Amino acid sequence: MRWRLYALVAAGGFRRYATYRAATLAGVFTNTVFGFILAYTYTALWDQRPHLGGYELPQALAYVWIGQALLAAASLMGGGFETDLMERIRTGAIVTDLYRPADLQLWWLASDLGRGAFQLLGRGVVPMAVGSLAFELAVPTPWWRWPAFLGSVFLGLVVSFALRYLVALSAFWLLDGAGVTQVSWLAGMFFSGMLLPLNLFPGLLGEVARALPWSALLQVPADVYLGVRTGWDLLAAYAFQAGWAVALLTVGRTLQAAATRRVVVQGG
Amino acid sequence: MDLIELDGVEKVFDVRRRTGFMRREKRQVRAVDGISFTIPRGEMVGYIGPNGAGKSTTIKMLTGILTPSGGRLRVAGIDPARERTRLASRIGVVFGQRTTLWWDLPLKDSYRLMHRMYRIPDARFAANMERCVELLDLAELLDVPVRQLSLGQRMRGDIAAALLHDPEVLYLDEPTIGLDVVSKSKVRQFLRDLNAELGTTVLLTTHDLTDIEQLCKRVMVIDHGRLMYDGALAGLHEVGESERMLVVDLEQELPPVETDLARVVKVEGPRQWLAFPASVSAAPLVAQLAASYPLLDLSVREPDIEAVIAKMYAGGADGAQGARLV
Amino acid sequence: MVPVRGRLALARDGFRAYGLIAMMWVRSTMAYRASFALTTLGSFLGTGLDFVAVLLMFGHVERLGGFSLGEVAFLYGVAGSALGIGDLLMGTMGRVGLRVRDGTLDTLLVRPVPVLAQLAADQFALRRIGRITQGLAVLVYAVVQLDEVQWTPLKVLMVPMMLLSGGAIFAALFTMGGAFQFLAQDAAEVQSAFTFGGNALLQYPPTVFAKDLVRGVTFLLPLAFVNWIPVMYVLGRPYPLDVPEWFAFAPPVVAVGFWVVAGLLWRAGLRSYRSTGS
Repeated sequence: MRWRLYALVAAGGFRRYATYRAATLAGVFTNTVFGFILAYTYTALWDQRPHLGGYELPQALAYVWIGQALLAAASLMGGGFETDLMERIRTGAIVTDLYRPADLQLWWLASDLGRGAFQLLGRGVVPMAVGSLAFELAVPTPWWRWPAFLGSVFLGLVVSFALRYLVALSAFWLLDGAGVTQVSWLAGMFFSGMLLPLNLFPGLLGEVARALPWSALLQVPADVYLGVRTGWDLLAAYAFQAGWAVALLTVGRTLQAAATRRVVVQGG
Repeated sequence: MDLIELDGVEKVFDVRRRTGFMRREKRQVRAVDGISFTIPRGEMVGYIGPNGAGKSTTIKMLTGILTPSGGRLRVAGIDPARERTRLASRIGVVFGQRTTLWWDLPLKDSYRLMHRMYRIPDARFAANMERCVELLDLAELLDVPVRQLSLGQRMRGDIAAALLHDPEVLYLDEPTIGLDVVSKSKVRQFLRDLNAELGTTVLLTTHDLTDIEQLCKRVMVIDHGRLMYDGALAGLHEVGESERMLVVDLEQELPPVETDLARVVKVEGPRQWLAFPASVSAAPLVAQLAASYPLLDLSVREPDIEAVIAKMYAGGADGAQGARLV
Repeated sequence: MVPVRGRLALARDGFRAYGLIAMMWVRSTMAYRASFALTTLGSFLGTGLDFVAVLLMFGHVERLGGFSLGEVAFLYGVAGSALGIGDLLMGTMGRVGLRVRDGTLDTLLVRPVPVLAQLAADQFALRRIGRITQGLAVLVYAVVQLDEVQWTPLKVLMVPMMLLSGGAIFAALFTMGGAFQFLAQDAAEVQSAFTFGGNALLQYPPTVFAKDLVRGVTFLLPLAFVNWIPVMYVLGRPYPLDVPEWFAFAPPVVAVGFWVVAGLLWRAGLRSYRSTGS
């Protein structure tokens, strides 16, 4: 019956963000503006070098708008549960959370997935639709590539959560979490493919970027959408995302256990 | 000339309410509905009423934050809405629930900034600081960031901040809300001294009627944007047609006593509570009871204002307004 | 609205108050030097990422929209530094909606100095010089790269002119964004679309974008005066639209005009707040 509880928590996360209507509209507007600007620069780039990074122009443009659609959902620029959690750790309110009959990590994961689901719908769909009206975007065919894409987005959201959970837990040890948040933000921007598709990164930098967990947030889902990864390669993509998700969640649990011991000992 | 003059002041808000996904309903709310009063220099006035009665709206118009929809309003001869920034250096404002101090900075940095911002002469500033630090017990708080202060400490810090530039009038919006007993009494004592020694005019809104009882001779009651009562604290009882309470201790438990001069509101063992009109002497009632019942002890309790005001609200505007002024 | 003292005195008060408040924040920031150094570095690196993207693009192409890396870097450096200046001066205008919502705007309205100055200086974040520094660094890189430009005294003078005018144009945009939040308190992000979005636009050559978009940011929202039009003059290249040559020298005038509009919008916003209280 645990699952019922986490489903409720996720629904709560969804509703909480759904109440900010004006903020959502403002976000949609901003994502759309940035989508336009990037789409034009990508057009200029691909005009010069068609097939760059193995993408045709419609694929590159689709990549731009997928990025804008996932920006809020996958928290590519931060802004999810982690500020709340860090605040709770800093103020000590976390102690009451630890005594709750629910798992701390699963609780926040459920809540963050609820938020992600809302932002995917609320802030993802409209920019994507506007983008496809204004530009010629690659569309997934056959139809099953849509659910395949959503599956990859889901795994991406879990990896994104797992990364930010580590950032938040750092507040147990560090007084000022601003530095860690900032580094995580920089890494997310750069290594997710938000700045530029990772297959445009040169040589070793590209290899490393594609192997790091952040590529699971945008590059991998985009490649599933674009049909770059199909068949066995699709399974490999899922395995890559799931592998990072499990690894990072496990590290999170270990840190959480260490932090709990610390808090309990201190709280005496 | 009076320091504060209001003549038929009104404030009407358009309130939009979401009634469906895209539908909105618009209606007008008269938050302040034609209020007139004057306050001479040096007076200390309580401004009370239930939530949403229009107290804060009045204060906001007096400070120039809000522009009135109608009527005439002057503070120290200045129209607050038109010359807000000029008026600002002659008034002090304390909002109980929001600080005017800089949240992340040490208390003394806020004061230093006030010093320069209000262009307070150095000697005045030093003297005022000394006075406030001493009377409000701030010495140990000066280096503490405001966000780390307790509610009571912050309130004292806020009151000091509002007084450093020698304002002619001090508005206090719920100055004791959420404070502990010690802080409350410290704040009240300070305000009493301020009014007595410097002659600062004080207008305060509050939920805590003890504030009014201890500080203000004059009280104004507002409800639904209208002034319901303006006069001495004592007179409020008559207007509210309030009742006093005679508490009698009998020798034994008895059924409710029989009298035509009062009604029994409570019986608890041998003790009984009898309510009678506040405007009537208790003597005949006591005599009547003593004649027919075995009394051990008795006491008369004055009505508290809260009950009076509650009664006034229950009775509606007409009775109260007819009884006194406006 | 201000019959007695006049606007000039009010403006002087505003600048003075801005300086006082900003100085206080700087002083309090300097109490934590290490933290300040780190966040400034973060701001420097964070904004530097866009330029890394530009460098990566030029790893695949010689020219973008017909412009060389040096030319794009020049556009980037001017836009980035100008946004940095605007952000440093008025960046906290994104908090207007928050202050309306939690009611703390009222506390600013009872002080004897203009609200705009108090809001703009609130939480003055000196770490934002990280962005300006990054923009200037790219600008220096660009000037070194651009050996084909014939530098005349006029062209040299145009660089500081562009930075100051551009900074003022962005600062005005932040102010308008603040005014908009009186209308929609949660919509602070709309402001980013114009300020940070505008910067992203101006980092690339105008030839990259659709003509209508270029027209829009030339004649409606004067972003093109931040760098596109004057930089084209410095580089000796044609602007994709047919505009008179003196447009290249117009940024200061445009900035002043844009500030007048921003001021009017701000006043309208504040007036609506003062009549509705929300």
